[in-house]
Amino acid sequence: MDMFLEGLKNTIIASLIALICSLVLGTLIAIFRIAPFKPINWIGTAYVEFIRNIPLLVIAFFIFLVFRIPGLAAGTMALTIYTAAFIAEAIRAGIQSVPKGQMEAARSSGLTYPQAMWNIILPQAIKIVIPPLGNQFINLVKNSSIIAVIAGGELMYQADLISARTFVVFDTYIFVAMFYLVLTIPLSLGVGQLEKRLAKNN
Amino acid sequence: MDFAGAYTWVNIKFLLEGFGVTLQVAFFAIILSFFIAGAVGTVRYAKVPVLSQVFAVMVETIRNLPLLLIILFTFFALPEIGISMEKIPAAIVALTIFEAAMISEIIRSGLNSIDKGQIEAGRSSGLSNFQTLRYIVLPQALRRMVPPLVSQFISLLKDTSLCVIISLPELTHHAQVIYGQNSGYLAPILLFIAFMYFAVNYTLSVISRRLEAKNI
Repeated sequence: MDMFLEGLKNTIIASLIALICSLVLGTLIAIFRIAPFKPINWIGTAYVEFIRNIPLLVIAFFIFLVFRIPGLAAGTMALTIYTAAFIAEAIRAGIQSVPKGQMEAARSSGLTYPQAMWNIILPQAIKIVIPPLGNQFINLVKNSSIIAVIAGGELMYQADLISARTFVVFDTYIFVAMFYLVLTIPLSLGVGQLEKRLAKNN
Repeated sequence: MDFAGAYTWVNIKFLLEGFGVTLQVAFFAIILSFFIAGAVGTVRYAKVPVLSQVFAVMVETIRNLPLLLIILFTFFALPEIGISMEKIPAAIVALTIFEAAMISEIIRSGLNSIDKGQIEAGRSSGLSNFQTLRYIVLPQALRRMVPPLVSQFISLLKDTSLCVIISLPELTHHAQVIYGQNSGYLAPILLFIAFMYFAVNYTLSVISRRLEAKNI
């Protein structure tokens, strides 16, 4: 039981850190992708297209083995890099779904580009962006299980250790499944509620 | 880092063999999960009593679990209750279970996105419920489902890499075998397989975008 709780703690810590970091990195990449300057656009696009199309596990192996970073930290970094690409896409889609006239109106009433972005576009985009971001967070919690493959000591890894030690495989996996459901089901219900409420407001 | 040593023909051939297994597993899982998801999604859309509630609980449970857990469960835990499989079938079964749950949601929401008026019009022009679904709703819904379906297929292809945990002889596992012999090959081999995954997945996403543009 202690091992499970230790694993649960590590899973939550890794997910939270990765969430915050990938939000920051993802927003940055999204801005790169819509910035009115071509070479910066390309960097953003290259990042998103490359990272989205390769397995998270390969990124994790690369950080863990090539840079020789300990399991849990390497896993969190890999999760951050991977999730940031998806978050960037969600944010970009949200920003671009705000009608162009909004930006033009803001600019012609004398606001600078950053002011217009911050005060006019972003508040409208956030509504659209929140549900997909919630889904990304659920994915993040589930994906954190791959840290087990690089010996990161999170929930899945502890379950593996326990099942290898006690030879009770079936029950251990059912038990660890419960832990994951306790984490993810409230999140999915929350995201569903949020979607409904936002849909009503429109 | 030893790029020249890593990219010998022997190594690349070995990686391609692994990629063959990856594609094979992904292919079967895509086909199977699409058909299962089609049935599950339609039952939930049509609100068949009892069955649709049972499916709802199953889909929500599976969707909220990590795939890695399902793979481990299929390969290591199921033998305890008398169901044991070879690695390749186990991988296909585990991926199918997980992806079918994800895809059934895409199909259900695709069907739900079709305007109610379409169904009413179909029914009042004398089509049966089934005919309305088959000739009016499905053709329109399928078009809307293409982009999310393709991105789900892409993530399925990426997810096959998780099967290293049961040492399925696919691409990532073969990469492990190669850099296990010489740690200088680590970065070159990992970069190489990243590009292999990228090449296939990027092609898929470009095709999906083309299809999307054509439909509008």
